[in-house]
Amino acid sequence: MTGRARRLRQLRPTGFPWASPTWPATVDRPAPERHLGVDYDTEWSRRYGARLVRAMVIDNVTRPLVHAVASPEVRGAEVLELVEAPAIFVANHASHVDTPLLLTVLPPRIRHRTVVAAAADHFFDRRWKAHLWALGLAAIPIERHRVNRRSAENAAELVGQGWNLIVYPEGGRTHDGWFGVTRGGAAYLATRTGRPVVPVHIDGTYRILPRGGERLRRSPTCVTFGPPIVAGEGEATRKVEARISSALATLADEARSDWWTARRRAGSGQTPSPRGPDASPWRRAWALGPGADGGRPDPGRWALADD
Amino acid sequence: MSPRPGFVLEVDRSTPPTLFWHGEGFRLERLPTGSRVLYAPEPIDALDDPVGAIRHALADPLGDSAPLASLLRPGMKLTIAFDDISLPLPPMRSPDVRQMVIEEVLELAAGAGVDDVVLIAALALHRRMTDAELRHALGDRVFDSFAPHGLLWQHDAEDPDELVHLGLTDQGEDVEINKRAATSDLLVYVNINLVAMDGGHKSVATGLASYRSLRHHHNARTMAHSRSFMDQHRSELHSSNWRMGRLIAAAGVKVFQIETTLNTDTFPEQFRFLQRREWEWNARDRAGFLASSKALEATPARLARSIFHSIRSPHRMTSVQAGEVEAVHARTTENVYAQQLLEVDGQSDVLTMGLPYICPYNVNSIMNPILVACLGLGYFFNMYRGKPLVRAGGVVILSHPTPWAFHPGHHPSYIDFFEQVLAETTDPAEIGKYEEAFATDPWYVHLYRTGHAYHGVHPFYMWYWCAHALEHVGAVIVVGGDRAAVRRLGFKPASTMADALEMAADVVGPDPSITHLHSPPLLMADVR
Repeated sequence: MTGRARRLRQLRPTGFPWASPTWPATVDRPAPERHLGVDYDTEWSRRYGARLVRAMVIDNVTRPLVHAVASPEVRGAEVLELVEAPAIFVANHASHVDTPLLLTVLPPRIRHRTVVAAAADHFFDRRWKAHLWALGLAAIPIERHRVNRRSAENAAELVGQGWNLIVYPEGGRTHDGWFGVTRGGAAYLATRTGRPVVPVHIDGTYRILPRGGERLRRSPTCVTFGPPIVAGEGEATRKVEARISSALATLADEARSDWWTARRRAGSGQTPSPRGPDASPWRRAWALGPGADGGRPDPGRWALADD
Repeated sequence: MSPRPGFVLEVDRSTPPTLFWHGEGFRLERLPTGSRVLYAPEPIDALDDPVGAIRHALADPLGDSAPLASLLRPGMKLTIAFDDISLPLPPMRSPDVRQMVIEEVLELAAGAGVDDVVLIAALALHRRMTDAELRHALGDRVFDSFAPHGLLWQHDAEDPDELVHLGLTDQGEDVEINKRAATSDLLVYVNINLVAMDGGHKSVATGLASYRSLRHHHNARTMAHSRSFMDQHRSELHSSNWRMGRLIAAAGVKVFQIETTLNTDTFPEQFRFLQRREWEWNARDRAGFLASSKALEATPARLARSIFHSIRSPHRMTSVQAGEVEAVHARTTENVYAQQLLEVDGQSDVLTMGLPYICPYNVNSIMNPILVACLGLGYFFNMYRGKPLVRAGGVVILSHPTPWAFHPGHHPSYIDFFEQVLAETTDPAEIGKYEEAFATDPWYVHLYRTGHAYHGVHPFYMWYWCAHALEHVGAVIVVGGDRAAVRRLGFKPASTMADALEMAADVVGPDPSITHLHSPPLLMADVR
């Protein structure tokens, strides 16, 4: 070995302290400090600077893009004029397009003062993702697989501070186009905060980008707002949850038919179940029927499972 | 998160190298599998409101003492003595604990109309502090109020006009202390307890004493029978000081003792790797270590020394107690132990330690070979309760460059002690025959009284400090030290830790058990 090579070899840093130390086998490793998932602190994303950036992006980038791809039709928007903010918006969830679509159809006074409950394990599992969604959508992490008082309390605290909240009570996007089982988080927040719950039905986004989809497809969408639900004094969370589920089912029916038909069915207790038939997967897919463009079925156009 | 208690690591194959202080630098040493490394408890929480705590301590004293405010009256003679530059280590960031306490005492004295107030730095036989050092310890307000009027004194253990002999203890020990302090209506002593040895009756009986008094407990016999001098109840040094302290009280000297404890948050943020366990070093710690160690390697020793001595420690006060000396000191010792004590199971054949650039006697000065020995064998070796960390006949391995270098202004008698006395004998009991000559040498006395020199006898005390360890261990090995200086100390030089461990095996046998005292921060081993 030449002298120069030997010197280079001597210079080459190897091992500790150039590299990370190894951990003694006799010492227990502490649980790593968590700064992601439900522990991610989104407080920065609600400061003025971040809000300004987000408003500019939503108004000038997201909104034109959503209109170009989804051509949203909005029904029942007049109820928003009557809603006293902050409110909790509860919607069905079929696609990643749902949130930008919903945000862009909300009136500006609500749009720029809204946070979105997002799955902590999906949107906040990487630092870059957490930063991106917190900034871009004002997302806040919510534990969706188990009861987590902290995330629910955080959401309630934000509502208490005057922030509107978008919640998807199914806890994730639909797998097969049918509505999934709803959870009680939204009802809990309604009873906990006393704020109105606005049921929202989003129709058509499953065609644009379903779960597992890799690219956007243009398709018309329809967003239907229902009348707000306010938890009564001392009303049980379970009852509020039932009212929310019923309101969502009625909106789904309305999207498929019309307001009057849906109201009549609701009045007679004949609103079709949005969860689809209890049958094999192919029959459930079949029951969805063809989409608006004759292709991919649309969960918004829910089949009448009881038919 | 609450601070973690101390920890005894058993080294295994996956343990990263262990950090050793090495004077004005660091070393990473890989210790053999099975070695123990003692990590100190993490710094405990400081007082949220130290000034409020001081006020409370003065108003609600311990023991049979009345509140300080009630002891102050117009026309009285008040003396406030305080610990000198040797505490704390490194010097703490402003405001120094002494400043905070003395300002509160002076507030009360001013409110009570006390005019005759003198402040005295309790130097014992240490060097006089510079104005800058005094100003740092006391703060501008106190310094500017007292120093220009000649009311800020430094204890002079060689001024016959300013000493008073109070009598003999029942063991025949002379008690001679500062006259101003002894003749005051009230002596307030402001203390910093960095380690368990500090404080109690030792504050006045040592800090304000003369050589005539100090020689009774600062000698080879006393130190060899102090096991350890960090454990007051097994320390002959303390027994002697307690006898003297009680005699001082019996002579009518009214002492109001104020003791403070500090946490072990010893080094600022840029050196935080020093206080972290190596396997927990993150990228920032490693970068800090590499940057500082590589920079120090390329830095001239003199510059490196001045850089280190410019460090101001972020120490913060964890407790303050005031009142009667013994009641105060009992509470203080509990608080020191709460920060520093680590339970250790049994002794080992070999004790290793990395020695830093500083000890109590070289603040803003040079760590000469005698101080290296004193820090390793005097202080660190004695940081135990129960039994020493190393067995009788075992080996102590020190890591320090041990330069053959002395500060001629601060340590003039050390030079002659090193050149003349240690060249002849390193036996603490033997060197005693030269003590008197050094202690009374007019030149050393002159330098002590007028310059910034330690007293002529001080190097003897440093060597006596090692007496217990020298009697206890079979060999002392210094890694990376100046070979000639190390040999002069009577120790064995080694180039590397591996060499030192091989040499140790010659003394204690193959496959020795090894304990490493990891510092900083300071810890006191409670050896079972």
